[in-house]
Amino acid sequence: MSTTAQTPQAPAPQKLRTRKPLTVGAVAKNAAAIVLAVIFVFPVYWMFSSSLKPQSEILSKDPVFFFTPTFENYGTATGVDLFWTYVTNSLIVTVGAVLLALVVALAASFAIARMKFKGRKGIVLIVMMAQMAPWEVMVIAMYMIARDNDMLNSIPLLTAIYFVMVLPFTIWTLRGFIAAVPVELEEAAQIDGCTRGQAFRKVIFPLLAPGLMSTSLFGFITAWNEFAMVLVLNKDKTNQTLTLWLTQFQTAFGDDWGATMAASTLFALPVLIVFLFLQRKAVGGMTAGAVKG
Amino acid sequence: MTVDSQGTATAGSQDAPGRAAGKSQTPPPPSGAKEALQPSRGRRSLPGGLLPYLLVTPALLSMAVLLLYPLISNLILSFQSVNRRELIRRETPWIGFDNYTELLGNSEFWTVVLRSVAFTAANVALIMAIGTGIGLLLNRLGKKMRLVLSLALAFAWAMPIVASVTVFQWLFDEQFGVANWLMRTLGFSGYEQHNWFETGFSTFVIITALVVWGSVPFVALNMYAGLTTVGTELYEAARMDGANGWRTFWSVVFPNLKPFFMITTFLEIIWVFKAFTQVYAMNQGGPDRATETLPVFAYIEGMSQQHYGVAAAISILTIVMLLVAMSFYFRLILKQEDEQ
Repeated sequence: MSTTAQTPQAPAPQKLRTRKPLTVGAVAKNAAAIVLAVIFVFPVYWMFSSSLKPQSEILSKDPVFFFTPTFENYGTATGVDLFWTYVTNSLIVTVGAVLLALVVALAASFAIARMKFKGRKGIVLIVMMAQMAPWEVMVIAMYMIARDNDMLNSIPLLTAIYFVMVLPFTIWTLRGFIAAVPVELEEAAQIDGCTRGQAFRKVIFPLLAPGLMSTSLFGFITAWNEFAMVLVLNKDKTNQTLTLWLTQFQTAFGDDWGATMAASTLFALPVLIVFLFLQRKAVGGMTAGAVKG
Repeated sequence: MTVDSQGTATAGSQDAPGRAAGKSQTPPPPSGAKEALQPSRGRRSLPGGLLPYLLVTPALLSMAVLLLYPLISNLILSFQSVNRRELIRRETPWIGFDNYTELLGNSEFWTVVLRSVAFTAANVALIMAIGTGIGLLLNRLGKKMRLVLSLALAFAWAMPIVASVTVFQWLFDEQFGVANWLMRTLGFSGYEQHNWFETGFSTFVIITALVVWGSVPFVALNMYAGLTTVGTELYEAARMDGANGWRTFWSVVFPNLKPFFMITTFLEIIWVFKAFTQVYAMNQGGPDRATETLPVFAYIEGMSQQHYGVAAAISILTIVMLLVAMSFYFRLILKQEDEQ
């Protein structure tokens, strides 16, 4: 970072298409990359750093960049009434939705990828369209349905909706993974005396592990982040999830930004970790699997 | 939105940091969408019978109950007059197309439509331009810088929308926000206690910053993954022929990645047009309803004004507009699948 930052003659605007002297181009390129990296990372960095600031340093006209970190904001954030209820609700809803989706999608995608039957193409199309479903625009209808069936403030209904939200994507990706497992492997297992079910369990399923992992991680992220549905359906505090806790936090806490940023960090951390580490491994398998197939 | 935006192009995103670190063993697929569309090579006619239908039934059934049925009841509701009074009495009087005629004759509705279209156009243009630029830049960087930039992009990509909305509210806070400090430091006056959420336009600027910041990584990292599939010989040839950077882009890069550009553009149009969380959570459609886009307008008309029938009609009209963009998108995807 330091090597290029020192060079003063790096003009930011002409970054991309300089084809003049090599050195100026290289410097401009790297300078642009650093500026961009800072811009993209800054909000995330600012969230972390604000969450660790003592109250007095938050309430300062000129932002403080160096300070002694404190965890008091995290205490405030997690000390909110019902915090653990929100955590539990979020976990139930996400884990429930993802597990359901995995089971249902595994069956469907196996049929789509491995079997020939009438209407197969139609089902593929349905899955594709369902993946683009405009859930955000359907909240009013969903509210009316939930209300008419006395299912407002229901965790099971929310779980079921999230399950259907992540289902098409799960089917779509698993279909790719299953198709990538050579059918010969399955046939060999069957020749060796496995039944179709055994062949699936002992041969295909283990090979699908990375696929199942990355797919469920994406399902987790979607359900964890969902906002519109829970906003409309669950007005009762005891049945809300962390997304609502977070959006209402700032108003409820009279602009306690330190605590709000601690809350944001707590909410974002699982997703950031999942996305940056686990996902990378899983997708290594994803591309490898897809290409080799 | 998240499943799509964080899911479709998994390969691209993760591949970039991986490659930069020199860990990748396989060439990246041309684009996220393509990757998901791997032809099912292994399929062979195995004895079918009833089994495939049994396997598919749970999925179809759950989508029918929780997706198709709500869509249909949305349509039905849009032909009924359901307001506060009817809601309490549990009445659903039919009024034909009245909700639609009321909306289509209402200037407020058309303002919201225009606003949504302008908002979408501005965001998608920015996302595609900046995303492409960064993708090209990534392709030209050395390994270390590429890793740094890819990581920064991955952070922005991974941030949950709700969390980033809160962070942007803090960045643009009236009293202690960094944005005001930055403006003061850069020498602009009037940013002592500037309220960024005072006007609809200024609020839109912040929402746009948020949306663009969150969406560019998807385009940039996929763009980069796509670029790695365009052979370097092509660039070399173009350079030998004396083409400058701009020419090279339009005559070598763009034609090769045209499907990627088209598909991504339509995906972004769909995502931005139906974006609810970013717009609503930022300022609840305010100030004074000035940042209500169609999804937010439908929500407020329904849940706050308690005009459920009208809200349903807004939803249906929004879905119809989305369907236009989606039909282009599906056509592109299907065409691509046929070509493979």
